Amino acid sequence: MSADDQFYREYILDHYKNPRNYGRLEHPEISHEEDNPLCGDVVGMDFRVKDGVIDDVRFHGRGCAISQASASLLTERLKGMSLEDAKKINKDDVLGELGIEISPARIKCALLSLKVLKVGAYGLADDDEE
Amino acid sequence: MSTLTFDVAAIRKDFPILETGIAYLDSANTSQRPRQVTGAMMEYFEKFNSNIHRAAYRIAEEATVRYEATREKVRAFINAASTKEIVYTRGTTEAINLVAYGWGRKNIRSGDLIILTILDHHSNIVPWQILAAEKGAHIEYVDIDEKGELRQDQFAELLKRGPKLVAFNLVSNAMGTINPAREMVAAAKRAGATVLVDGAQSTPHQPVDVRALGCDFYAFSGHKMLGPTGAGILYGRRELLEAMDPFQAGGDMIKTVRIEGTTYHDLPWKFEAGTQAIAEVIGLGAAVDYLSGLGMDAVRAHELEITDYAYEALSDIDGLKLYGPPPSRRAGVISFSLEGIHPHDLATIADRDQVCLRAGHHCAMPLMTRLNVAATARASFYVYTQKDEIDRLVSSIREAQRIFA
Repeated sequence: MSADDQFYREYILDHYKNPRNYGRLEHPEISHEEDNPLCGDVVGMDFRVKDGVIDDVRFHGRGCAISQASASLLTERLKGMSLEDAKKINKDDVLGELGIEISPARIKCALLSLKVLKVGAYGLADDDEE
Repeated sequence: MSTLTFDVAAIRKDFPILETGIAYLDSANTSQRPRQVTGAMMEYFEKFNSNIHRAAYRIAEEATVRYEATREKVRAFINAASTKEIVYTRGTTEAINLVAYGWGRKNIRSGDLIILTILDHHSNIVPWQILAAEKGAHIEYVDIDEKGELRQDQFAELLKRGPKLVAFNLVSNAMGTINPAREMVAAAKRAGATVLVDGAQSTPHQPVDVRALGCDFYAFSGHKMLGPTGAGILYGRRELLEAMDPFQAGGDMIKTVRIEGTTYHDLPWKFEAGTQAIAEVIGLGAAVDYLSGLGMDAVRAHELEITDYAYEALSDIDGLKLYGPPPSRRAGVISFSLEGIHPHDLATIADRDQVCLRAGHHCAMPLMTRLNVAATARASFYVYTQKDEIDRLVSSIREAQRIFA
């Protein structure tokens, strides 16, 4: 197995080619999109939240394998999780899930979906307080 | 055309970094520097490191002489009329900002038209957007046709509206398109416009004659032409530079400073405030010597040969889309995309094979939007590029296609 195959591990390629929870939700409680203008990656997420729990989640976007696989993996993890727990997910969790060594040049790709989650989740919290 | 054989193997020996085994295909981003350039800089650091224009001792005089010697080398290299027209800057970006500030703020007024092109680099767009917003001026962009070449019919129409400024790059960094600069400058001058040519991608790769070109301003960077980062050039016609305001103010750009007011230094020092990038300017002089030694016609001929070879090789790959004109009308830059593989993923896979490839929007986001892509992969070539490096690129692409199949 070459170094490339290790970097683009089978399940990352699988998540890239067959993204889980891909698409949009109607009337989501939270909807947020972020892009990485440097490379043109885009990731957006829609969340349906019931009693503080993420009932359903979908992501959409385009970009490199790392950004899209990372978003796909994150949605799998988020389903059924409380919003409070979701807010606690950090970059080590996301990088750990990818399970590959991410170079500094690609770290923004890997963490784009986490940024969407964070800004989206905290944005909703702000709305609640108003 | 140079009658000497272009000896790439000998040239490569001057670039120690190539011994690491990399296939460096990102020279449009920044070039490598030969020993001659780093050597000239080291000599300054180790033998006459001191400040210029100020000190009365021997090493400072030597530093000043070497620093100023670059000006004449550059003048001859681009065939300017006088060294007074050669202003040192940090690079193309600072040179264009200098014009936007020193010329633009004085000459652009509300309602004026500025013509740029969709091929321009951000550094030749954003300074004009800021100026236009400040002055209430208006910007129009010349579009490209399906071959990636500027639409001259549209340019001619825009010129009828009497633009105050026309600014464009001679060579597109993102697609390699060589624009018909001489014709465009002549047409813009006939329309009464002041003309700035962004020479960042042309100066390193082909002969440049600013007087034949006929432009008012010409900007380029040292680091793309074998020189160090931090040293670049603004050429400006003397009468325009004379009438312009200084860009930055401070030490060394003045004649006398009194509490009542200040008189500025003569050209070109009026635009060179503060302690300059002395070693870098000396390094740029050595880079100009190096390129002059090779002959710019020979440099262009070599790059054309490599570009032809690469264009052919890449055209053979299924699912690969090339952007821009055929090799004869492009510089040593090839932008492309692969079906189903993002440029970043390709660049990462190529990197595993020590192939250095650019992936991204190439600081030309309006062009990427126009092409309806978020990013492209880009291979770019220079004096040290050889065909086996293109072969390595091709095998990296095939490897990426295998992984993503």
